[in-house]
Amino acid sequence: MSAAAAPTGLFDCRDAYVRTVEELAAADERIVAVVNDSVGSSKLGAFQKRFPKRLVNVGIAEQNMVSVGAGLANGGKIPFVSGAACFLTARAMEQIKVDCAYSEANVKLCGISSGVAYGELGATHHSIEDVAWLRAIDKMTIIVPSDPWETAEAIKAAADFDGPVFVRISRMPVPELQRTKPVFAIGKAEVLHDGNDIAIIANGTTVHHAIAAAKTLAGEGIAARVINMSTVTPLDEAVVAAAAATGAIVTVEEGLAKGGLGGAVAEYCATHAPVRMRMLGFPGFAPTGSAKWLMEHFGLTAPGIATAARELLGTVKAG
Amino acid sequence: MSISLGLRAPDVPGADRDVRVKHVRERANWMRRRLLGMIVAAGQGHPGGDLSATDVVATLYFDSLRIDPAKPNAADRDRFVMSKGHCTGALYSALAGAGFFPEADLETYLKPESKLNGHPNRTYLPGIETNTGPLGHGFPVAVGIAIAGQIDDADYRVYALTGDGELQEGSMWEAAMLAGHRKLGKLTVIVDRNRLQQGARTEETNSLEPLGDKWRAFGWDVIELDGHDHGALIDAFDAAAAPRDKPRVIIANTFKGHGVSFMRDQAGWHHGVPSAEQYAQAIAELEAEMQS
Repeated sequence: MSAAAAPTGLFDCRDAYVRTVEELAAADERIVAVVNDSVGSSKLGAFQKRFPKRLVNVGIAEQNMVSVGAGLANGGKIPFVSGAACFLTARAMEQIKVDCAYSEANVKLCGISSGVAYGELGATHHSIEDVAWLRAIDKMTIIVPSDPWETAEAIKAAADFDGPVFVRISRMPVPELQRTKPVFAIGKAEVLHDGNDIAIIANGTTVHHAIAAAKTLAGEGIAARVINMSTVTPLDEAVVAAAAATGAIVTVEEGLAKGGLGGAVAEYCATHAPVRMRMLGFPGFAPTGSAKWLMEHFGLTAPGIATAARELLGTVKAG
Repeated sequence: MSISLGLRAPDVPGADRDVRVKHVRERANWMRRRLLGMIVAAGQGHPGGDLSATDVVATLYFDSLRIDPAKPNAADRDRFVMSKGHCTGALYSALAGAGFFPEADLETYLKPESKLNGHPNRTYLPGIETNTGPLGHGFPVAVGIAIAGQIDDADYRVYALTGDGELQEGSMWEAAMLAGHRKLGKLTVIVDRNRLQQGARTEETNSLEPLGDKWRAFGWDVIELDGHDHGALIDAFDAAAAPRDKPRVIIANTFKGHGVSFMRDQAGWHHGVPSAEQYAQAIAELEAEMQS
């Protein structure tokens, strides 16, 4: 992996995204990119240079961007529609619903700089609602990759999948996770840390924090299972059911605390496997602040996750 | 009520224009009778807009479009997108008439679980390119299809039929701007300019004029014609099929409810179902028209 200009050992998943789209495009001429004046923020400059005809820039017009993506799919293309997640999802929601999902168009929606990546820019530019919104739309596959390797795998899987897919791409620096069995499949969760006392279900940029929290908890005699639930829809229900069997689940995501990954897990558990839960995320519009500060402030890094786990298990008093 | 259906008049290049006009006229008349029957049977529908769009849709399906109902997904097919998706009476009658599905299916219009949904769904029926219904969607998708064709230097043509009230949606102008910028020469948009939207006249609601100038300013060729004149429509689509370096809009001046005297130019028939008496009168008028 080529390192981004991030702290040593940390990577910007956009690099893996564009590298993979470019590789796919070299092998398959149906691959095209659609952007809303976001060549730079989507890091698609090299793609544009290499495949000038296959980069469609619609200008600052997200509704049209998504409809044009659906039209390109009708014309036999596999469009990767890339834009800042906050605008791509909110501004073009009806286009996503009707032109992509309801029409079952083969469009790949790539939400760039998702979550609170644009921390200081404030809640207009935070995309913490995207997963909750898209979960409400039938036939929409939702993937939230955790690191560069998984971002690349998710993009390849999305290209192979016939139908609309949303891939949430982070720009927050994350480490490459250690995996004994690196196999990605849409709808399949992976266990990255074993334990039977409690399950921590995470995705995206929070997975490495969840693993760090599990290591801290292990030192206190709490065996936490860490699950990377990168596909939110369709949910890996077998893994959620097994997680519920531990007796306690903490979910954590770089997104709204309701309606997203936590909501998906809670809906399943409430009807199939009732279990004590704690859902970590942002409670609502977040204030300005760096992405790093926001994650720490709202308890979405290792210390906050570990605290939530202890509280849920009753080993400390809830604060 | 059935007629001998065939996609095109004598399917020979350069068929005599009078033969083509007669062919389209018969089919438009059949569509009108058919869609009114569907609306009466269903107990609901959008007869006003169906009837204003019928002649445009009939000319496309029974003369201009290069389509094969046996191969609805052929890569090189011409595409027609019904952007004013509520006008399914016109669209479904044309698709059935052209042979995309059995005419008997029209009887199921709007019935529970019918494939003939109130708005077209491509996963239910062959011959539909994209799902429409909310306004401001079909035309932008058509622009995307035309861009795919442009990238591939493909031969197929792309047509979209929009309402005039639909042009109040901002997404339409995002798409118009991009199509003009990219000089999509195989794209033709037809505006069903019936001057009425659901509640009132377009010019009283949020005026569209000067409509041709708006399109020209966005980089489009503009043609204006009588949207109920089959000969003019045939000529316009023939001309639109010639090589060009700009997208083209055909502003088709029409009347809501055209073909049925008491519905013509009446906003009240945007929605609405004729009574048994009104239906009989409408059919009688349409049958008389074919005798003239």
